[in-house]
Amino acid sequence: MNALQAAISDGMTITKRNALKIKRAPDQLGGAIILPIVFVLLFAYVFGSMIDVPGMSYREYMVPGVFVVAIVSGAQITGYTLTLDLRKGIFDRFRTLPMAPSAVLIGQTLCDVLMNLTSIVVMAVVGLAVGWRINSTPYEAVMGFLLLLFFSYAFSWVTATVALALRTPEVFNNVATVVSMPLMFLSNVFVDSSRLPGPLKVVAEWNPVSTIVQGARELFGNTSPAMPVPGAWPLQHAVATSLLWSVLILTVFAPLATRLYKRAVSR
Amino acid sequence: MPPAIMAEGLVKKYGDVTALDGMDLSVPEGTVFGLLGPNGAGKTTAVRILTTLLKPDSGHATVAGLDVVGDAGRLRSRIGASGQYAAVDDHLTGAENLEMVGRLHHLGTRRSKERARELLERFDLVEAGDRPVQGYSGGMRRRLDLAGALVADPPVLFLDEPTTGLDPRARAGLWDVISELVAGGTTLLLTTQYMEEADRLSDGIAVVDHGRVIALGTADELKDQVGGDRIELTVTNAEDLATVRRELAPLAVGDMRTDAAALRVTVPVTHGAASLTDALGRLAAERVTVRDAGLRRPTLDDVFLALTGHEATANESATTKENPTATTTAKEHSR
Repeated sequence: MNALQAAISDGMTITKRNALKIKRAPDQLGGAIILPIVFVLLFAYVFGSMIDVPGMSYREYMVPGVFVVAIVSGAQITGYTLTLDLRKGIFDRFRTLPMAPSAVLIGQTLCDVLMNLTSIVVMAVVGLAVGWRINSTPYEAVMGFLLLLFFSYAFSWVTATVALALRTPEVFNNVATVVSMPLMFLSNVFVDSSRLPGPLKVVAEWNPVSTIVQGARELFGNTSPAMPVPGAWPLQHAVATSLLWSVLILTVFAPLATRLYKRAVSR
Repeated sequence: MPPAIMAEGLVKKYGDVTALDGMDLSVPEGTVFGLLGPNGAGKTTAVRILTTLLKPDSGHATVAGLDVVGDAGRLRSRIGASGQYAAVDDHLTGAENLEMVGRLHHLGTRRSKERARELLERFDLVEAGDRPVQGYSGGMRRRLDLAGALVADPPVLFLDEPTTGLDPRARAGLWDVISELVAGGTTLLLTTQYMEEADRLSDGIAVVDHGRVIALGTADELKDQVGGDRIELTVTNAEDLATVRRELAPLAVGDMRTDAAALRVTVPVTHGAASLTDALGRLAAERVTVRDAGLRRPTLDDVFLALTGHEATANESATTKENPTATTTAKEHSR
């Protein structure tokens, strides 16, 4: 078995381990299903009754945004689970085995992307029930879902990096909340970012979350000609920039997380 | 034959705390070697270096002829390690835990399943094998963890305090398992705080304190070094203590210890039961009322006291660094 085959085989073994953990302790899965339902219903009925977007229903506008909010929170499971595992002896066992060190993180992130897929499917069904519609071709719609999953996978590596740097579940949770709240709200998820005042507008339009949301809206056909054309460059080329962001995040954070993992377990 | 485990001048520091201060070890192939010492003596740090979990600041070590730093990757397929904190996944069943380890050793799915069954049988876990580990007792977890270390049938095995925290019955059970194991020719390095454990399992023992080996030998050699048997006498009246000391001085082969509060005198002797009879005769002649008298072998505390001048257990508070979470805290403070 060569190194690459070994790494893939080890990654699959760890993915299976994490899948079994989810099956035996389904509380995380419950969170990954119930929270997105709450998101869709809450935002559809609360914000939906207050906010108007030109040329289309707010629910149609909002649902791709809620997809992204859900995967940004869903990706935090990766980091949280890693901090919990760091407390136990299991990583010591892994480190004394002739396995690829990257397998632990690959297995964890792959498993979490499956969890995020579940969240997205549930949200799509609930979304369709409350008035969200896909107005694009099936091909574009599939691309839309893949774009979201790819971003969620990349973002899992960010939370893994943060978790392995911080190492305790409590600290990780606090930091994750403090960072992800502005990331989600200072964006075009719930409001039209072009109507935000000065500096907030710049931040929101360059926020990668806005780019992904805009990309998903375009691929699902949830845009309207009546909406003002976004001024910022990333939003004008949202699908391409979203892919670029995801690739960039993976290139930076996958090696970084792997290095931090090695450091965290060799103490 | 080269030693199965060899270490020279291992040094490891955590900030200001020196966990290992030039440790040397040599363990011949097929033998059981005990690292005996109190909490914080550096035992766990030594094992973590020898099992490739940690890099030494200086010094070098080889296990099964492979360098623990340079050949770490190859070495991992030749060692088994089981730590103080059972490294098992709570949500997985016993069988799933072992199968996972087998697959990570690249044994293949079928062989991993077979091996898991074999080990569950050997460690008396067949019935529990299909239940999640969450419901296991402490002893069962340790057995499963030990089984995990044996999946790839490694020639060299490391057990870090395998019985700490277990009740006496579970401890005796684990000792039996370990004895059987080493009868098969595996080289074993085990760390322990218990003289009795080192005594029962090891061929050679290194007494460790403050990150160094301070004494080396078989269990009997070490006990003899601290005076062999000792008589422990408790009297009824405090005024008799002086008489006891005077009468028993001719029998003592080292320093007598007097615990005035407990009305107890400890006398190192060489002739075992004969010395005890002799002592009681001398005290009867002086009409000293003896409440309790007995002969006992040295304990870890005796060995420690003799070798270091301090009690093994008194070390506890200064040196909780053997605990991984405490290590993290100590390191964070030092940054």
